[in-house]
Amino acid sequence: MIDSFKQLINKIGLPRLTIILFLVALLIIASVNRLPTSMLLSNSLVRIGMNGVMVLAMVPSVQSGAGLNFGLSIGIIAGLIGMLVVMEFELMGFLGLITALLIACVLGAAAGYLYGLILNKVRGQEMMIGTYAGFSIVSGMCMFWLLAPFKNPEMIWVVGGKGLRMTLAVNDSLAKILDNLWKFKILGVEIPVGLLLAFALACLFLEVFFRSRLGVSMKIAGANPAFATSCGVNVDKMRVLGTVLSTALGAMGMVIYCQSFGYVQLYMAPLMMSFPAVAAVLIGGASARKATVWNAVLGTALFQTLLTISLPVTRSMIQGDISEVAKTIISNTMILYALTRKEGDGE
Amino acid sequence: MKQRIRQNAVPVLFLCMCVLGVLISGQNLRYIAQELISRLARNWFLVLSLIIPVTAGLGLNFAIVLGAMAGQVGLIIATHYKLPGLLGLITAIILAMPIAVVLGISAGHVLNKARGREMITSMMLGFAVNGIYQLVFLFMAGTVFPIKNPEIMLDNGVGLRGTIELKYCKYALDNLIRLRLFGIDIPLAPIIVVILLCFGIRWLYQTKLGQELRAVGQDMGVASVAGINVDRTRITAMVMSTVLAAIGQVIFLQNIGTMNTFNSHEQIGTVAIASLLVGGATVSRATVGQGLIGTLLFQLLFIISPAAGQRLMGNAQIGEYFRVFIGYGIIGAALLIHAWERSTSQRSAHRQPKEKTPEVTLNN
Amino acid sequence: MDNNWVLQVKNVSKEYGGNSVLRDVSLSVKPGEIHALVGENGAGKSTLMNILFGMPVIHETGGFTGEVWLKGKKAEIESPKKAMEAGIGMVHQEFMLLPGFSVAENVKLNREPTKPNWFSGVSGNKLETLDLQKMGSDTRRALDKIEMDIDEWLPLVGMPVGYRQFIEIAREIDKADLSLLVLDEPTAVLTETEASRLLSVLKKLAESGIGVLFISHRLEEVCEIADTVTVLRDGEVIATMPKTETKLEAIAEMMVGRKISRSKTAESGRAIDEGNILEIRDLYVDMPGEYVNGANLTVRRGEILGIGGLAGHGKLGIANGIMGLYPSSGTLIFDGGEIPLNNAQASLEAGLVSLSEDRRGVGLLLDESIEDNIALASMISRKKFLKRVGPLPVSVLDRKAIREHANKMISLLEIKCTGPEQSVRRLSGGNQQKVCVAKAITMEPRLLLVSEPTRGIDVGAKERVLSMIKSLNRENGITVVMISSELQELRSMCDRIAIMYKGRICGILDPDAPDAEFGFCMAGKGGIPSD
Repeated sequence: MIDSFKQLINKIGLPRLTIILFLVALLIIASVNRLPTSMLLSNSLVRIGMNGVMVLAMVPSVQSGAGLNFGLSIGIIAGLIGMLVVMEFELMGFLGLITALLIACVLGAAAGYLYGLILNKVRGQEMMIGTYAGFSIVSGMCMFWLLAPFKNPEMIWVVGGKGLRMTLAVNDSLAKILDNLWKFKILGVEIPVGLLLAFALACLFLEVFFRSRLGVSMKIAGANPAFATSCGVNVDKMRVLGTVLSTALGAMGMVIYCQSFGYVQLYMAPLMMSFPAVAAVLIGGASARKATVWNAVLGTALFQTLLTISLPVTRSMIQGDISEVAKTIISNTMILYALTRKEGDGE
Repeated sequence: MKQRIRQNAVPVLFLCMCVLGVLISGQNLRYIAQELISRLARNWFLVLSLIIPVTAGLGLNFAIVLGAMAGQVGLIIATHYKLPGLLGLITAIILAMPIAVVLGISAGHVLNKARGREMITSMMLGFAVNGIYQLVFLFMAGTVFPIKNPEIMLDNGVGLRGTIELKYCKYALDNLIRLRLFGIDIPLAPIIVVILLCFGIRWLYQTKLGQELRAVGQDMGVASVAGINVDRTRITAMVMSTVLAAIGQVIFLQNIGTMNTFNSHEQIGTVAIASLLVGGATVSRATVGQGLIGTLLFQLLFIISPAAGQRLMGNAQIGEYFRVFIGYGIIGAALLIHAWERSTSQRSAHRQPKEKTPEVTLNN
Repeated sequence: MDNNWVLQVKNVSKEYGGNSVLRDVSLSVKPGEIHALVGENGAGKSTLMNILFGMPVIHETGGFTGEVWLKGKKAEIESPKKAMEAGIGMVHQEFMLLPGFSVAENVKLNREPTKPNWFSGVSGNKLETLDLQKMGSDTRRALDKIEMDIDEWLPLVGMPVGYRQFIEIAREIDKADLSLLVLDEPTAVLTETEASRLLSVLKKLAESGIGVLFISHRLEEVCEIADTVTVLRDGEVIATMPKTETKLEAIAEMMVGRKISRSKTAESGRAIDEGNILEIRDLYVDMPGEYVNGANLTVRRGEILGIGGLAGHGKLGIANGIMGLYPSSGTLIFDGGEIPLNNAQASLEAGLVSLSEDRRGVGLLLDESIEDNIALASMISRKKFLKRVGPLPVSVLDRKAIREHANKMISLLEIKCTGPEQSVRRLSGGNQQKVCVAKAITMEPRLLLVSEPTRGIDVGAKERVLSMIKSLNRENGITVVMISSELQELRSMCDRIAIMYKGRICGILDPDAPDAEFGFCMAGKGGIPSD
């Protein structure tokens, strides 16, 4: 009995089990306190769709051996630029969305290429370098936001007439465009079909990619560089490609996030955004050396549901918004746990 | 010679930037000097708290944030009991000490489990413990811990205020000995404390413990074969650093006079580390002198960049962001150069085992 | 009390996870004696060192059986510290020195003389101040003993590698009660003049009454200074003899050969005259520890060519150079066409396939399934096992084909496993090697390079793997180049055997050539000059 319990823990992993139990407890409290469960579930679904692609961005980076992408903010900035360009030219509806995604993808890929070249020079220190590359770019872009030649009066400061505002509202035809696509209600739960479909498409793309010759080569380059070299795979190239994919996905993930959120937040807002994404994929059972699409999906679902439900539940018990604090504690402890774990070589 | 130039390239570059900045900003020199001296007096101690872990091979200790939090806890309690002046300050330090020791020991244990990734781990440790700090003082203060003082509590009785006036011990140390020189007000006491610390660190490196710290920092394998308890030595380094950071934060805040309960400590790690690096330190090599000079240059840049930004771009905000960017950028660049050098030297050492081993110097 | 021996090792045996690496080893060292311990890589020398020095790895893996006696008393060496206290000094193969410290700081590391100060009273000796003067004078004395005139306060950084070896020795002899000095390959990184200086220092030390246990690959120097030579092979003592009775060739032969009668292959002397398939001209390979310095070799179509030689002489470098895995220069002519070097993809495309000596590190994806290990390399380099996704211009893995192929291989090579999905980490060494063979076959090689095919696998599986390789050659017509430290193995398999010495082919011998001739060749003497 105890043995099989231990096996269960080993199989699921202690942190994941803790989070699942915590989640269950929250759900019970929520139903006891008669909180609107259907609304909580709808909100959770939206947040899963919003954040999913950014979490997914961790997968190619880990698989190629470049480790968890702590520099995801680089991609996030590319996504922001995509949104800003569309908003500047007031492109509407799906045209706007697709343009934003395209710009984000191209910029993200280009930035990811350079970032990947750097990461190849600093093997073993990718996480620290990535973090500070992200921090530097985010703070450097603050100056850009102030000076950038955007003219749309909706976007720039009223006083002075120069420099982008801190928070920009996405125009109505673009905001929640995916959330509202084919949305329907079942048992009181709103299903944001378009949003989830976008997430699913990204998952499908990665799944197929990792079954192709290129994808398998990348996976092998990450799993055992010496083996890969002996098969004629250029390990450095694969790591760059993994970083490019990751950054581009991060960029497109940010566009999806912004359209669902309804606002574009600039300046220091993206600074810490890579940490929850890293934490989510770890919660899903990934490690710094191995991450699957399934880890990303499961991790996003658990983490975002937890955050969504914890807010009203704790509010019903104590005053104040504990969800931000919970997010900080959970995501950082999760990353800490992964960092101190012996990289499992099973021996 | 080449080595010398390279080692000093960063401080020289920053010196040039500072001189240019001073010229551009057109600020009153006396104002700059006054501002600088009070900033140095409050920042030096914190920056110097970083040096021991660097020599012990733990890299830049982002976990001094832990020490800063311990210092703040001490200050919160001292303020709660309205302890005045130096008494309050010393009480705060004494109360912070055991917390810092416990945090330092735990941080040391965690970092021993994350060899080779100490820096990122110490950073995440700072973030994670910050979360717990927030949990305690935002939600548990007033509910779990019966704190009643309305001066520091939010009006509804749960959680601390976002800013706490440290009116009882403000300037307690600064005002101890004040010196006026050329119309500049110099807080002598904190500077004396810093000088004492410098001598303390110097002395440490002449002892057996100091020798062990340096040995562990260079090569854990060699140290352990020589019979040195590597894990323990690293934990000792973390404890010393955390305790010093706690004291440093108390000195820092008594000069500021108000405490941003939930933010004051957050930037401490970045600012202190950037200062040390501006002085020419690297991930594996840092001296007291580099800490002192680096702080001077970095704080100077801090003072002048808004005005310089205003004059140059017509926007003071640019200068604000510029200094944030410099803070992160210098850390990023230092890490990049270090990792780069290490990977190329590893590669060449791998190819040519008969070549001399890569140079690692550690002077103190 | 028996004071005639500084060290007696009595019937020591050691197992690592069921693999026995030392069997019933005994040896003794007298005061003032230089005792040389020779043996190939994996013969068990380093394990013996670890036991003598109480390294934690020994106790973490279940300890050892047998006894170690020091100065006539049974000793329990549980840690390096105990070993030091017992008077054993160790000069390690990789330098245990801190480059940022001065000579004196290194010599006195963790044994620094200290003096009390204000604070140390309360907190113990950790906070006592270092007594620099005494550190310096002690170091000076130790350096003088070995005739080193360097300044004891110079930092190590920038010092020639040769000096470091001497500083290590200075550190050991500074220890007050040193009675046994153990040196692991001390001359490996020294120039010849430095090496001969070292040897004379060792002689002097021995004269002062210290016992010296000396491990080396360089048989010349063993013959020069040792009083006694012990040969270790496969964890067993093959012979212990006074130097006067030994010759260099005899030692070489003992290290690799087996004096047992061997079963010669039935097809002895079969005709191989279809011309050359591979020509190696002037090959240099920069593989650390296995440098190739201008090797010339031709491989005939259809043969099994063996490459032998002592460890470190470059036989592994040949295979890795040909496969483009280490930086190399020279010319490779394969089947009439030249193959570019330093290009793994090009070598693979030409039909060269290698079975790596580092099975777990290079040969396998330990955490992946058997079927993936067999198929993925071919998928990447031969574009096998791919299928289109419907009408899309995308190809993905054909899982069904992979499974079928893996099942075929498993039954063909008799791989013992729970199924094609089992991860290879849990397989035994022999079965892992079979997976490697399956992977190589799947790549459809025209020339197969096999490096150390039987290293680390048990006796039964050895036979299976070897016969598998032979049948690939005989039945499928694949030319094989087999690289092995086991001469016996080479002789039972190969049509010709090339012996390497210092990165070059020293001679090509018939497998029937007498043992002595192989011994000569491996010691760099004689043999037929290569083409």
